[in-house]
Amino acid sequence: MKWQKYAACILPVCIVSVWLACSPKTAEEEVTPDKEGTTPIEWKKPAHFPDPVYDISKNPLTEEGVELGRFLFYDGILSRTNQIGCGTCHQQQAAFTHHGHELSHGVDDLLGIRNSPAVQNVAWQTSFFWDGGVHDLDLLPFNPIQNPVEMDTNVPDIIAKLKNTPDPKSKIPVNYPKMFKEAFGTDEINSERIMKALSQFMMTMVSASSKYDFYKLGDANALNAQEKEGMLLFQKNCSTCHQGELFTDQSMRNNGLMPMPGDDKGRFDITGAEQDMYKFKVPSLRNVGYTAPYMHDGRYHTLNEVLDHYTDSVQKLGTLDPLLIRADGRTGLSLTSSEKQSIIAFLRTLSDEQFISNPKLADPGIGNAL
Amino acid sequence: MNIFSKYYTSLLAILTLFALYACNDVEPVPGGKLRIEFDNVVGEKNLVLNSVTYQNAANEDFTVTKLDYFISNIKLKKANGSVYTVPQDSSYFLIKESVKASQFVTLNNVPEGDYKEIEFMVGVDSLRNTADISKRKGVLDPGGSMAEDGMYWQWNSGYIFVKLEGVSSVATSINRKFYYHIGLFGGYNERTVNNTRIVTIPFGALTAPVSETGKTPEVHLVVDLLKLFNGPGTNLSIAENVMVMGSQQEKSQQIANNYSGMFTIDHIH
Repeated sequence: MKWQKYAACILPVCIVSVWLACSPKTAEEEVTPDKEGTTPIEWKKPAHFPDPVYDISKNPLTEEGVELGRFLFYDGILSRTNQIGCGTCHQQQAAFTHHGHELSHGVDDLLGIRNSPAVQNVAWQTSFFWDGGVHDLDLLPFNPIQNPVEMDTNVPDIIAKLKNTPDPKSKIPVNYPKMFKEAFGTDEINSERIMKALSQFMMTMVSASSKYDFYKLGDANALNAQEKEGMLLFQKNCSTCHQGELFTDQSMRNNGLMPMPGDDKGRFDITGAEQDMYKFKVPSLRNVGYTAPYMHDGRYHTLNEVLDHYTDSVQKLGTLDPLLIRADGRTGLSLTSSEKQSIIAFLRTLSDEQFISNPKLADPGIGNAL
Repeated sequence: MNIFSKYYTSLLAILTLFALYACNDVEPVPGGKLRIEFDNVVGEKNLVLNSVTYQNAANEDFTVTKLDYFISNIKLKKANGSVYTVPQDSSYFLIKESVKASQFVTLNNVPEGDYKEIEFMVGVDSLRNTADISKRKGVLDPGGSMAEDGMYWQWNSGYIFVKLEGVSSVATSINRKFYYHIGLFGGYNERTVNNTRIVTIPFGALTAPVSETGKTPEVHLVVDLLKLFNGPGTNLSIAENVMVMGSQQEKSQQIANNYSGMFTIDHIH
């Protein structure tokens, strides 16, 4: 009886407090950018691809956001010297790598330590850079922006410059405050919006229209006999690491490269763990026909050299991947030269012409390809 | 009768659950402010950047050019044991020796009462270290400049918790500088050391009375850099460690074991 009196009092209090607590909830909602007036883009994964890793619900694609991202990607305004854009070292015709450059040069022609990786199929990537040091696409651009040999600046300085557009001295006088307003509802420019616009554009960089993809999706004639033979050899010898439709298992491995004088320790510099010494991220092989030179330091200029490495030059360092050690203790893969040629023929079927010529991914005329 | 009370119980339970989970912000109760001062010192001396020469326990001279650190996840405990947790989004502070105002952390809407203990984290918790970019505002914005006051490793996605830089005649670097950037939250997909530290400081005989109308109590904490050099973790030698950053996990952990003990209460006024 006593208990019921107590409960009878509590109930109205509960109702009132629930009502009070829930009704004036505006602070959080105001933070969310107003996306009214934007044109949504439906992002679709290719049928034969796995589910994406990137959570697109946190950053839904819009025409305006992608277009802003495209301008930001190519505009040198993201660098200290206003010369180096993302697109400087990630050029479309080379599947967004720095064609012909073993290592890339950033501001003032300063040379980096690694080969510029392809920007493609980022929606499925669980980590970024050769050492996997960044795990979120939205946090990726901070790295090249602040790197002293890449763009050598910082986001507050970039924001200040973007706010000052249109700049009559620029190649195209882009009005960034207007573009941010169109993409995010207001002309506020902040780190989050810059990164999300760049992510939106990079999310559209999907490569899934190679000859291999046509074969995979049912066109048995898309590959010729040599390419099919190469595919079988590839599956047997290479696909443990370069696995699945992304052609990488995204792991960190030591593939037996002799350390260079610069002694790049790869993943070790991220984790500090001895077992990560000289390990680098297994790259996707999509568009590998376009992305020469190869390896984290661009030491191999042709696919022939790459295949020769795996048969002849695998160094037995302490952290060498066990998959590259044969039963008899020797290192590397066992392939004849004609088998290697078949594998290379297959690798070239991963070249996606639509991807490298898609005008929606192209420089809108603001970039510098140095 | 029985049915009625059953009905009542379940209704109450449902409503309580709803109140707890459906909306997690509660109508503010009457509260006041509480201020915490982080007063950086070196032993008996006040910390002055770029000028005064100090000596650590390893008998090495040094001056300090930079000292920045994150304080987060603040909790206040009353005499009766009840705890007030500062709302998560409002509980990240970057203390910079070069910016006087940053050394005073003001907590708003603290429920009225007499507080007897403070707890906080040195560093940034793993949840926020791996959070979506929309949760990284203000001092947590990763867009800062490493050359200046950046407290974020852009190439290794993680916040720097404590950044101490200085000059010493025993430093082996060509510019005689030493650099201690201590971070690492435990790792995103591979385990690293976790250098966040929870610090609990009971006020002892002192009390911080918070009220809506009264004077704002100011808890004056002394932060002794000598204890970062010498403590339960290690007796740090500048000559032997001119640079400690993300890839020296063990050493950074030893320093973290030291910095968890560098905070003491001096007075409340």
